[in-house]
Amino acid sequence: MATSTYTRDPAPVRWGLRFVTISYVVLLVAWPTALVFKNALADGVGAMFDSFKDPEISHALFLTGYITFFAVLINLVFGLTISILLVRYDFPGKRLLSALLDVPLSVSPVVVGLALVLVYNGRDGWFGPRLESAGMQIIFSTPGMIMATVFVALPLMIREVVPVLEELGDDQEQAARSLGANGVQTLRRITLPAIKWAIVYGVVLSLARSLGEFGAVKIVSGNIAGQSQTATLSVEETYQNFEQGTSYALAALLAFIAMACLVIVAILRPKEES
Amino acid sequence: MSINITGVNKKFGDFVALDNISVDLPTGQLTALLGPSGGGKSTLLRIIAGLEDADSGTLTIEGNEAAHLPPQKRNVGFVFQHYAAFKHMTVAKNVAFGLEIRKRSKAETEKRVAELLELVHLSQFSHRLPAQLSGGQRQRMALARALAVEPTVLLLDEPFGALDAKVRKELREWLRRLHDEVHVTTVFVTHDQEEALEVADEIVVINEGRIEQIGTPDQLYDEPASEFVMSFLGPVTKLSGRLVRPHDIDVHTTPEDAQGKHGKIVRLLRVGFEVRLTVELQEADHPDVEVTVTRATQRHLNLEEGLRVWIAHTNGARPVVPIRIVSG
Repeated sequence: MATSTYTRDPAPVRWGLRFVTISYVVLLVAWPTALVFKNALADGVGAMFDSFKDPEISHALFLTGYITFFAVLINLVFGLTISILLVRYDFPGKRLLSALLDVPLSVSPVVVGLALVLVYNGRDGWFGPRLESAGMQIIFSTPGMIMATVFVALPLMIREVVPVLEELGDDQEQAARSLGANGVQTLRRITLPAIKWAIVYGVVLSLARSLGEFGAVKIVSGNIAGQSQTATLSVEETYQNFEQGTSYALAALLAFIAMACLVIVAILRPKEES
Repeated sequence: MSINITGVNKKFGDFVALDNISVDLPTGQLTALLGPSGGGKSTLLRIIAGLEDADSGTLTIEGNEAAHLPPQKRNVGFVFQHYAAFKHMTVAKNVAFGLEIRKRSKAETEKRVAELLELVHLSQFSHRLPAQLSGGQRQRMALARALAVEPTVLLLDEPFGALDAKVRKELREWLRRLHDEVHVTTVFVTHDQEEALEVADEIVVINEGRIEQIGTPDQLYDEPASEFVMSFLGPVTKLSGRLVRPHDIDVHTTPEDAQGKHGKIVRLLRVGFEVRLTVELQEADHPDVEVTVTRATQRHLNLEEGLRVWIAHTNGARPVVPIRIVSG
């Protein structure tokens, strides 16, 4: 991007803005994160990996991985479908649906967890008893945890894909139709490739969010170590049990994975041309 | 065989886009749908393509009832004003799209794509992405893409609207030559009357959802059916209660003609080889008359602002006489 020489803010303003931005990022994000890594590696990398070998911890990591995998997958499918529905189709109640889809971002995850417990618990929930008698336990079990995670991460995919779909316009899709493509062919050959980077970003953000979900999962899972405890919940428990070393190690691992995803995408993504 | 449209109506909410439109477009002809923006011509084109549905009326393409067919079954090629290029595919892949959908063999597809790229002079760009082409090149690619599947009908929606003037002129001529070679029934929408007059075999003038007149460029220009058609197809000015063309007015610096009206040049504007005069007549309550003369005439008569002149309608030129509202 060429720098404009037309009107520039005076130097003190430019430097002032840079100072404010950098302080903000450093104080709130960079420094605390760096300290987490520093503490995690304080006893050496070996000690960090040893703490992961603890059976309860390794189960927590496995559970987090399992839940995140399914949550991201469900979000991918649902998120894409809803995005296309919102942008390319008109139906009564569309605006209401659009507003409702932002609820997971504004509502506290704790409230989400509680709501799920109310609806699906096996004793007096709306659907819970029926599902449990059919053999499906939602609350205090993995399906509930997946549901909670899906709920909080859903808007992320949609908010990435919808603007790109809107900007794309449906000219290309109409052209494809006029050339003989049916709905599925148009979707596969034209729409999806055109929004592919929005989808990738949506997946990465969902992944990061799912890895880090805490409140909703805590309520829905019952937080039983070795059984229904995820990595984030383990971070809390180990920290409270004075096993800070393990706590930092887990936190550092989670942070590292999320950052690695972002870095990989940033590298893979070709330079945008306006 | 042709495109037959009968009694087509289309409303968007309260806005009437098309009001009982009926027209027949013969096979192999290059027809222009001409009219001001918002007049309904794009809507009609899209209804033919299947990208919009008419509220009522019938549409047959080459004898087949088409109103209920989805666009992919109508075998029409469509070219959009803003190209609608498949941005993530190369030029060759864009052109091949329709053929790949129809599951043609790789060899056949490659051959046809090469033929078409040759036709539109884009062979050397076959591996580029649309973003690397100019507007005119993208539109030629879009044309090749539409022609690849050998459509029964080729539809173009203000195809040169997004291009600059010089490129527009070039592509206009090019479309005409292409049609002479390929002979596919073509319908294009434009609001540029010069484009329609230059390119089309027949013009359908559409205004406010209704057909004003159908005819050849000559017919429309020389025998306009209404004031609207006359003023849309070319410049007009009022002289003695009739609508005439500014270039069909003679200017004299002396009172030669008994019919001549006396006036004064209040404005003179030179545009290229044309000189446009605004003449204020001595006669009260007559609007100022626009007169167009050549540069040579202006020099010959030493025309300048403030000069007294006598103007009269040229003998042999035709003013508008409303014959009928819609000719068929």
